Amino acid sequence: MAIEYLYPQFEVLRNPDRCIACRVCERQCANEVHHFDTDLQKMVSDESKCVNCHRCVSLCPTRALKITKTNHQFRENANWTGEVIEEIYRQANSGGTLLSSMGNPKNYPIYWDKMLINASQVTNPSIDPLREPMEIRTFLGKKPTTIERDENGKIIPNLSPRLELDIPVMFSAMSYGSISYNAHESLARASKAMGTYYNTGEGGLHEDFYKWGDNTIVQVASGRFGVEKDYLDAGAAIEIKIGQGAKPGIGGHLPGTKVASDISRTRMIPEGTDAISPAPHHDIYSIEDLRQLVYSLKEATAYKKPVIVKISAVHNVAAIASGIARSGADIIAIDGYRGGTGAAPTRIRDNVGIPIALALASVDQRLREEGIRDNVSIVVGGSIRNSADIIKAIALGADAVYIATAALLSLGCHLCRTCQNGKCNWGIATQRPELVKRLNPDIGSERLINLLTAWGHEIREMMGGMGINSIEALRGNRLMLRGIGLNEKELEILGIKHAGE
Amino acid sequence: MKRVYVNEKWCLGCHLCEYNCAFANSGVDDMVKALKGKTIAPRIRVEESDSINFAVSCRHCDNPLCVKGCISGALSIQDGVISIDSDKCVGCYTCVLSCPYGCISTSEAGAVQKCELCTKNADGIPQCVAGCPNNAIVFEER
Repeated sequence: MAIEYLYPQFEVLRNPDRCIACRVCERQCANEVHHFDTDLQKMVSDESKCVNCHRCVSLCPTRALKITKTNHQFRENANWTGEVIEEIYRQANSGGTLLSSMGNPKNYPIYWDKMLINASQVTNPSIDPLREPMEIRTFLGKKPTTIERDENGKIIPNLSPRLELDIPVMFSAMSYGSISYNAHESLARASKAMGTYYNTGEGGLHEDFYKWGDNTIVQVASGRFGVEKDYLDAGAAIEIKIGQGAKPGIGGHLPGTKVASDISRTRMIPEGTDAISPAPHHDIYSIEDLRQLVYSLKEATAYKKPVIVKISAVHNVAAIASGIARSGADIIAIDGYRGGTGAAPTRIRDNVGIPIALALASVDQRLREEGIRDNVSIVVGGSIRNSADIIKAIALGADAVYIATAALLSLGCHLCRTCQNGKCNWGIATQRPELVKRLNPDIGSERLINLLTAWGHEIREMMGGMGINSIEALRGNRLMLRGIGLNEKELEILGIKHAGE
Repeated sequence: MKRVYVNEKWCLGCHLCEYNCAFANSGVDDMVKALKGKTIAPRIRVEESDSINFAVSCRHCDNPLCVKGCISGALSIQDGVISIDSDKCVGCYTCVLSCPYGCISTSEAGAVQKCELCTKNADGIPQCVAGCPNNAIVFEER
């Protein structure tokens, strides 16, 4: 028999005084951790199968369960940590690339937490958002540089196509395939209710969801899954995906087992075939090539829809963004290294890319210096965790933000980071019908609406505190930020002063 | 009248409704004390087969066969809710036989038991509905 090198990561602690053996844990765990032992007449658990998703914990009616990290350990070593050793065992066992899900969990600096927000005192008094109007409506797209008038002096509306957001938060790209039908429906319905947009990701648009097209951003990625005329026409905007924060520089792979009938029809590929997105777009090797695709898509949709180009935040992101701003794109989306994924090679997720706050500051600065900032709007994503992160992003120069991990959390995700297994107990990152039905979109959409509503209140509250009553006045207003615990270089890149200055 | 309805589409087969029902009607204020070590006899039951699950409880029919068939007048309709007066019940089980949904069962306390929409216990609102994690059981006007 083979040697088992890996000890289970978690322990399932069951309080026997509380357990009433109702077996809800057993019925709800797709990993088959729990079962009722008829000989012992009690519930028993196999912790080696536990991924720590908390489904059993959340549904246990008597709070008899909790999951803890095992205290089993290797001899302490600050360099060769338990995680490093186990990864080597795993690879020595399988010979394969390590896979992970969701965003980079490593202990890198979180720049949002190293910036503080201003508030008014005495002069320039603060504003009470409960008593006075507070404008957070946001328009994304090219800003006109000139005002044209007709012979009667009336302004000729020469606006480029744009997106109108009631709150400067959109749901970022997650494909149908990586997440479930019910997760998509929840996002679509919440977007409509909140006056914002969700994003199809690269998996095409399910035929049932065309009715939410006015709140949908349709994505064109390197695999071009599900892309056709009706699909492009259905969305409010088209996003060309060049890169993703969790895995810059590489493509994607949805295993054939997940390409069931609905997904195969939506992606327009045969059932059961692997859906492979190449690393690059095979027709884009330069900004000129990108421009061709931008204009092909605009031509195909009669110049009625803004085009977004999404890139991941990498080392020379400012120069790349400058190129994109000249390519005819209307919006640049930048995804930071904390951005989530349904599956990515662990080494890439944990080591490639840069923090979104630094990327945003340098892109905004570069586009201003080159006088092309108004050519495009900037949308940032990659771990926007709360409304304060949004305020900071907008003050650094973002027009709006993309959220996805936060959205999934509100749908029940517990960040167990095993999406790649396809057995999501919360009905989000799975295609198994009995698991998908666990996410009722009536509940899911309401929770998303609640989250955005709460953030909207907080954004208005913080703006009021700064004495700002329009989000436009906060945009790129870096004087509203101060750094804390940052060095000179970091402050220079972020373009902010240190606290106390 | 508001009734308990079941959406098979959203039922997970977790059986929590059965435990919430048994707890609500136990008269005990702690779920562990009420249910630990006991075989529960809930008034709502999850029917399941392969991948289909749904909960079944009294429909509170407009023309209920159980009330018609009751020989002692123990079953009656009060404001649309079919309730049982266990003092009057003689235990003939005619209602058990006549209910087309199988929603009346024998009980340890009285002769028979059935869902009374939690109107007779301390909760006052149906606890199967309140505790359903996926809105698969709803209490509404239709």
